[in-house]
Amino acid sequence: MVPRTRHDRLADVRAALSTVLDPELDEPITDLGFVRSVALGEQDDLEVHLRLPTSFCSPNFAYLMASDAKDALVAVPWTRKVVVALDDHHDSDKINAGLAADAGYRGTFGSEADRDLEDLRATFRRKAHTAAAERCVTALLRREPDRDLESVGDVVLGDLEPGDRLDALVRRRRDLGLPVRPDAPVLVDHLGRQPDDVPMALRRARSTRISIDGNAHFCRGLLRTRYPGSEDDQVHRADGAEPADESYDPTFIPLTSLRKDLHR
Amino acid sequence: MYTKDGESYFIVDAHIALWDARPENIKNIHGQQFIDCFYDYHRNLSPESEVWTKEDYLYQGGDRLMKDLFEDGYVDHAVFQPAHLGEFYHSGFGQTDEASALAAAHPDKLTYNHNWDPRNGEAGLDQLRADAERFGLKGVKLYTAEWHGDSRGWRLDDPWSYRYLELCRELGITNIHIHKGPTIRPLDRDAFDVADVDHVATDFTDLNFVVEHCGLPRLEDFCWIATQEPNVHAGLAVAMPFIHTRPRYFAQIVGELLYWIGEDRIQFSSDYALWTPRWLVESFVDFQIPEDMSEYAPISTAQKKKILGLNAAAMYDVEVPTELRLPEADETATGPRQPEAADLAAV
Repeated sequence: MVPRTRHDRLADVRAALSTVLDPELDEPITDLGFVRSVALGEQDDLEVHLRLPTSFCSPNFAYLMASDAKDALVAVPWTRKVVVALDDHHDSDKINAGLAADAGYRGTFGSEADRDLEDLRATFRRKAHTAAAERCVTALLRREPDRDLESVGDVVLGDLEPGDRLDALVRRRRDLGLPVRPDAPVLVDHLGRQPDDVPMALRRARSTRISIDGNAHFCRGLLRTRYPGSEDDQVHRADGAEPADESYDPTFIPLTSLRKDLHR
Repeated sequence: MYTKDGESYFIVDAHIALWDARPENIKNIHGQQFIDCFYDYHRNLSPESEVWTKEDYLYQGGDRLMKDLFEDGYVDHAVFQPAHLGEFYHSGFGQTDEASALAAAHPDKLTYNHNWDPRNGEAGLDQLRADAERFGLKGVKLYTAEWHGDSRGWRLDDPWSYRYLELCRELGITNIHIHKGPTIRPLDRDAFDVADVDHVATDFTDLNFVVEHCGLPRLEDFCWIATQEPNVHAGLAVAMPFIHTRPRYFAQIVGELLYWIGEDRIQFSSDYALWTPRWLVESFVDFQIPEDMSEYAPISTAQKKKILGLNAAAMYDVEVPTELRLPEADETATGPRQPEAADLAAV
């Protein structure tokens, strides 16, 4: 079914692009401001340009996002010719030629490619799940400060507060093929195994979460520096937000209003 | 030396450069992109008062370096960690002759580390022998994302890399500084993966492996490796300036490092000329973990002193005035530190 209006078709494009994640940051490229332009011609031919925070962002991730974007746009029923181009990257020529020819990852990178990028995707899906689980468990610990740490290992999905954090965790669990029943334990690895040492597992998960949040904000900041005005295209990320973010984020909520009472 | 509130701090800047990215030294678009990327880092993370013009950023030269570090920046000793980037710049990015001459003229203030690339094979081994003699090397800076002909990266656990590390051991080059970058071969892997550091640290226990920017963007992987390998250290290059724009993230980085690897294995760096040491030293001495982050113990003055200079001074045999010295912490060689300070329920 062809959408009635140009406005509807552009909304379709946006929706398709919002399904593309930066695997490392675990966020849609639309929220990150990585979509530079969308041009929809009279004949429904489409040209989309992407941009990244630096010219030296990892070429494999750059390729993944660009090829995922093309796949998502080609899958929209009414699109005809789809061009996706990555701007201002050290491998732009290589990646854009590969995309235009639908050469695939190995066809694009030739001798630099060994197999495919599925293992790389899997690594970051696992990290995303670890961080999502940590956010949920930490929120639970904040609500129940007297809870014994060891018992965190027994927390199940049904114990968690409904909301964005839980939704995010359920999505990540589905990505990994983990059960999403209310009685499924939360603190598990990508194979569903529960840790022997619960505090250590939580501590490691916290490092993962800190790393992802830190990278996500740094990448956002570098994009804003590199492409002035791109802040208008970025969607606020609450996880890891700091007061400095207020200057370019009208929706910013200071952390102080979210804190629990302090005991030190 | 920096003194505040009656406390004096011996400052070692463990990662500096004397680079040349002026147009006449740029070989191709990638050389331009590289310095543009650095300048964006600089503009994004510096306080407004510390932002340089692009022209100033392309090249500093020895006089300005000496002023920025030793006159204005409180630095007592600094270590050159040059990136070669021969595919991008005619005479390389880090200026070998200029920097090593400066170090030779100021041996009390400067140490010159050089670099090697295992893809240079036997000829590179001979070069390393010559370089070790010429510069009196104690350390090297390795950049695994260096482009080299058709290759765009290497791993520390490549067989040829082992040959070079064995030669380092033989030549008394004990301090191996590693910088991870974004390209690696094959591209199927995560280029920032630090697993290769784990392998070489296990196989060369008599060498120190200083992972620059403490593994960022893979802080968690770095911490996990470093907590198990007593000869793996964290360099704070690029992590330091977060102290200004993202102090909570900076607190988390330092908090994680102190927890996983302890106070004796973290080294301050300005990453000059990405940033200058003056404001970083001042900010760090004033810094404290935010009170609501009770999952981390507060940073002590002694820990700050070690991070700002004493740790790197010990690694490079830099003479520290007696009154500024501190003993090593009596900490476990492996595994987490200060677990009693961790309040996991805090955010």
